[in-house]
Amino acid sequence: MSKDLAFASAAEIARAVRSGETTALAVVDHALMRIDGLNPRLNAFTTVVAERARARARALEAARSTGRPLGPLAGVPFAVKNLFDIAGLPTIAGSKINRAHPPAARDQPLIARLEAAGAVLVGALNMGEYAYDFTGENVHDGPSRNPHDLTRMTGGSSGGSGGAVAGGLVPLALGSDTNGSIRVPSSLCGIFGLKPTYGRLTRARSFPFVASLDHLGPFARSARDLALGYDAMQGEDAEDPVCAGRAVELTEPELARGHDGLRIAVAGGYFRKGAFPEALEALGRVAQALGARDEVDIPEAARARAAAYVIAATEGASLHLERLRHQAGDFDPAVRDRLIAGAMVPAALVVKAQKFRRWYRERVLELFKRYDAILAPATPCTAPKIGQQTFVLDGVEMPVRPNLGVYTQPISFIGLPVVAVPVPLSPLPIGVQVIAAPWREDIALRIAQALEQMGVAAAPRPEL
Amino acid sequence: MAEPADPLDDFITAAAAALDLPLQPEWRQAVKSNLVVTLNHAALVAEFALGDEAEPAPVFRA
Repeated sequence: MSKDLAFASAAEIARAVRSGETTALAVVDHALMRIDGLNPRLNAFTTVVAERARARARALEAARSTGRPLGPLAGVPFAVKNLFDIAGLPTIAGSKINRAHPPAARDQPLIARLEAAGAVLVGALNMGEYAYDFTGENVHDGPSRNPHDLTRMTGGSSGGSGGAVAGGLVPLALGSDTNGSIRVPSSLCGIFGLKPTYGRLTRARSFPFVASLDHLGPFARSARDLALGYDAMQGEDAEDPVCAGRAVELTEPELARGHDGLRIAVAGGYFRKGAFPEALEALGRVAQALGARDEVDIPEAARARAAAYVIAATEGASLHLERLRHQAGDFDPAVRDRLIAGAMVPAALVVKAQKFRRWYRERVLELFKRYDAILAPATPCTAPKIGQQTFVLDGVEMPVRPNLGVYTQPISFIGLPVVAVPVPLSPLPIGVQVIAAPWREDIALRIAQALEQMGVAAAPRPEL
Repeated sequence: MAEPADPLDDFITAAAAALDLPLQPEWRQAVKSNLVVTLNHAALVAEFALGDEAEPAPVFRA
């Protein structure tokens, strides 16, 4: 195993733990020490479950000593956005209000599935309040800080997930993505993130935001680690009515196939408008490496983004209506004001958005008859400064908070699987979306792996 | 001369009352700004012509 445990891959850690080259306890202790040392600067973790993690690591060692197989993620420390239920803790979802909730009785099922594969939960991660955020800032817990520049945003809402993985605190983290909350922090922090197909991974026992659009998924520093984590979490779950009854379709064994034979296009039109030069530079590098010369127009992408915006605002408002009535003063004011506005949107307009969603889905799926994957920027720019309120997109000054997701929203709107791949530009990295047809996470992951092997995609190591 | 009244202000007042939502005077401007943005997005969607037979994306199965 590489000498620097902090930036060892999950695959490397698991191999070393299984072989006895190191122990799960040594790995976990190292992660806890690193969290202790760096979290005051990164503000990625809101809770560390050190005792639980050590107990789990000792159990893995006991299993190994009796010859029991340890699983593909043996001893791999991981952490989850604080909207996942962790047994014994209230699920705060980045809010002040939920701190009064009773402790969760059980772990969210994806935590249980990762632990069944040998991984070890070490804590809960910072996030934008109730996931209505693209910045990673939080008025109650303070902002998640970007490991590449502590004065800059991680992106959000899964900000702590981005910071913890990019900063070498854990090799694997989980987050949620409703409109871009996995892909935006992956882009700004320079790591790999997978937003799977809508309905692929169970959302049971996670605090929701927008039932029509919510997804859960992993972050990692390599495509292989992303695939290993994702594979361990697949499978149906009757507790989430949206979770599809599909068999597990392993992706990690497929990675070696690379991108040979895949038809890859670049999204034009809407997905170039407003992009900063660095976003186009990253997209160009990825497209060139993959030999993707065709440009396709994703039809009505601006309207798709608008419809996703309307559905998010109104379903979010519906979710929080009682809290807005009785605890409005305890919200982040920026979240509260958006939710109150969302509650006032007439229902007739929301139904229009859901009807448009079906139309758009059918048109976009037609593109996947000609192409296996489509490339698009993940964010319009690299990480803005923490507290920055506006930026200029396509010559128009726009607020940062809702607009970091302009390129991610039209994709999650119809639940397509996406891997955000990091392109290590200097001084700051930026991501590119590799978008595949529904249920073809394997294709997006194969392309991500190929880009990594060609040296085009990589999670740059921050100086901390 | 006084500014002409914006009907959206009346709508916000009525909607807050109908929904039993507290609306502190200092929140009103931000709520209005957000509502304008959301309604503009909704208008962009609503002006797109879809047939009467168009079904919403979520389909309930009994």
